[in-house]
Amino acid sequence: MERQNLKGSFLLPIFPTVMIGIFFLIPFALIVAVSVAHQNPGGFYESGFELTHYKRFLSPAFLSTAAFSVLVSGLVAMICLILGFPFTYLITRLRRRWQVVWLVYILAQLSLSEVLIAFSWQVLLSKTAGIGNILVWLGILERSTAFYPSFGAVVLGLTYLVLPFSILLLYPPLSRLDSEVTEAARTLGASPVRTFFEVVVPILRPALVATGITMFVFTLGAIVVPQVLGRPSHWTLSVQITDQAIFQSNLPFAAALAIFLLIVSMSLVGLTMWINRRFGVKA
Amino acid sequence: MLDLEIRGVTKTFGGTITAVKDVSLHLDGGKLVSFLGPSGCGKTTLLRMIAGLDLPTSGSIHLGDRDITTTPAHERNMGMVFQSHALFPHLTVGENIGYGLKIRGVDKAERQASAEKLLELIRLPGIAQRHISQLSGGQRQRVAIARALALEPDLFLLDEPMSALDANLREAMQIELRQLQQRLGITTIVVTHDQGEAMTMSDLVVVMSAAQVQQVGPPMEIYRNPANRFVADFIGTSNFLPGRVTSEKEIEVEGQSFLVSKGADSLGSSTEVTLLIRPEDVHVLDSSEEGANRLRGKVGFIRDIGATVEIIVDCHGHEIISMMTPKDRPAVTVGSDVMVEFPHSACSVVQE
Amino acid sequence: MNKGLRNIYMGLIALILIAPLAVITAISFNAKKFLSFPPKGFSLRWYVEIFADNAWFSSLQNSLLVATSSALLAVLIAVPIAYCLWRYGIFYAKVLYGLGAMPFILPPVIMALAFLLFFTSIEVHGKMINVIIAHAIFLTALPLVTVSLGLESINKEMIEAGQTMGADEVTVFRTVIFPIVRPFVISGFAFAFVLSLNEYIIAFMTVGFTVETLPIKIFNALRYGYTPVMASLAVVFILVNILIFGLIARFGNLPRLLGALSEER
Repeated sequence: MERQNLKGSFLLPIFPTVMIGIFFLIPFALIVAVSVAHQNPGGFYESGFELTHYKRFLSPAFLSTAAFSVLVSGLVAMICLILGFPFTYLITRLRRRWQVVWLVYILAQLSLSEVLIAFSWQVLLSKTAGIGNILVWLGILERSTAFYPSFGAVVLGLTYLVLPFSILLLYPPLSRLDSEVTEAARTLGASPVRTFFEVVVPILRPALVATGITMFVFTLGAIVVPQVLGRPSHWTLSVQITDQAIFQSNLPFAAALAIFLLIVSMSLVGLTMWINRRFGVKA
Repeated sequence: MLDLEIRGVTKTFGGTITAVKDVSLHLDGGKLVSFLGPSGCGKTTLLRMIAGLDLPTSGSIHLGDRDITTTPAHERNMGMVFQSHALFPHLTVGENIGYGLKIRGVDKAERQASAEKLLELIRLPGIAQRHISQLSGGQRQRVAIARALALEPDLFLLDEPMSALDANLREAMQIELRQLQQRLGITTIVVTHDQGEAMTMSDLVVVMSAAQVQQVGPPMEIYRNPANRFVADFIGTSNFLPGRVTSEKEIEVEGQSFLVSKGADSLGSSTEVTLLIRPEDVHVLDSSEEGANRLRGKVGFIRDIGATVEIIVDCHGHEIISMMTPKDRPAVTVGSDVMVEFPHSACSVVQE
Repeated sequence: MNKGLRNIYMGLIALILIAPLAVITAISFNAKKFLSFPPKGFSLRWYVEIFADNAWFSSLQNSLLVATSSALLAVLIAVPIAYCLWRYGIFYAKVLYGLGAMPFILPPVIMALAFLLFFTSIEVHGKMINVIIAHAIFLTALPLVTVSLGLESINKEMIEAGQTMGADEVTVFRTVIFPIVRPFVISGFAFAFVLSLNEYIIAFMTVGFTVETLPIKIFNALRYGYTPVMASLAVVFILVNILIFGLIARFGNLPRLLGALSEER
């Protein structure tokens, strides 16, 4: 048996190794290589080694994009936690059957193409078919207006995009939260609201922090919403990478930006893994 | 039925942990043998090597005149019942039992007939269509046995087969398994940590500890004549008293001379030994008459548990347990000064 | 929180979650071609259009083909890794597991750019196979997690039981292991299928100008001209998503799958 083991453990990983090696590791290495390549004015790059593209990080345009990305991602992550945490807590207190109904809907929305989410909010915030009309109908507004493009629209769209993720991330730790803990707090005289803030929140603080960071990374990854619901000044790093790569034909700069985004998100993902391990937030 | 011969088998894991150390055994065909010992003593590893699920680091295993040391498990023809039962959840009871036959290419009708016959044998007829999840613990146990027997194996191996059952069911299954084994006359090895189980079922008990075989023998032989302190302690309850050899048939315990029946003859004078005696052989006397094979003591506790009475006596700081039937109970109470008698025919001596 | 307050709070969040899709649904039944809410008239023409209009229909075909093939490929990459890790616990399988899960964790634009650079430099431009492979690599994480979860539920004594009954390693896999993990393989496939169907940026960067998948076509329509077909497609998409996840919930243990998935992320 032990000899057969060896055979299997050599043969089986061949196909995954080939696929991952060729189509993940090589493309990955290419980003690194291209990020230090030389960009010709004509729009093509040639191999070389220069740090020109990294030096552009210090330009005001890039710095403002980076600052905006951090600001908007942080804000969205925060809103997601504030809205998502009590909501998820309430879902876990529902009967199993209703929990599953909610989970199915949230998964369905979470998987919905970012393009369609951007489109939906574009419609909802539009002059002709959106909230404006409803407000007019209710007599609050005199004349319908469009609410996009604007910073608020971007934040709203992004929150809508990543909120389902935060619910799904918070679901396992919250559903494993021993109901006896909250019941104990109740018998000791704490009101349900006090129990929530003084028992549930502190117990799950590590999970909250990890989820917040993950939401930050997800928001950084959004591409369509900032373009559709915002002005160019609302473009995040991901949008800039797409723009540089496709429309400005500056692949080396796009690659350098991607490396920057990679390092930021990998460190944050690493941080959440560390939090999960350190504080035992485990499924 | 073929004999099983294990020659100097050693198994080490990762080069550092020795699970089985230089074990040699000869097991006669048609018998039921237990590998008995505490967890981690190497009994399961030894069984797995016999089944072909682990390879010995050194030594060899022979079935009849065939060397099967390196034969892969799937070519050995051994029926095994696993601790978890390892029934396949995606198959019905009948399909589970017929699995091995299907692998051999036996056609469906024949597999079904065989499964029905085996279900009769384990007294669960007509459940072939059921799913594993619909079975109780005891039923799963029996189905696992039927499945292991389906290929008419050369050896029938059971790894802690009763551990998943509750106490009552366990005792019933022990008797049933023993009867089944005797009816089929199949060579069977049961791994267990439960001495009662080993005593109930076995023709031969192999007591293991710390990767080595401590003693091999029929159950009563091992109970009556434990080879060392470990065996005496692990199988049943024993009283131990430290002593020193004075002559061939005599030792000295707490300044008192003790005649012993065996164990001291080959040992030189003044050798430190342990006197060993079973609780049912110890007598508590309401008397103060001193003599050979007697020690003075004070009753510390009396445990009256219906069928038997246990009197725990403190003799010179040693806790001695005496066990008797209620009708033989002496008129003593906790705190009574008593004389404890150790009949010489029941006294044996081991070196640590 | 008492029951009434709780229901109001949940209802409010539910409203925020559902409102945009409700508006889109309403619009999709609009009889007129321009945007208006509340809708004017009722018509199913924008649903018929998905299939009647050649451009939309071929996008639908592209999307389905890409999603099916890439989910299948992702499963083919994931199953051997998950099996090796579970069966042999070798370090190399752990490395492969980490590499297989990584693309999904990163912001998708990074992988999109990586694939763009790769396919440009090997000069295979805009072929459908590019996006199939790209999505498969991107989504391998999903079957990897679900299949590993399924394997963890199998007692390894079952392998040995199969062996003692005469089955070799391959036969045991075929007759015991695979049938037991099959629901988890299907879940993994379904997750990957749904996400591939909805994925935009990687598809855009690999084949955006040659093979129009539905998200690409919708995005182009967003920029270059509104049509109510976008609304009807959005409704179809959300229904497909709900259907597939509903099926996973019906035939698998969804809460358990989610527990494992989020641990991964």
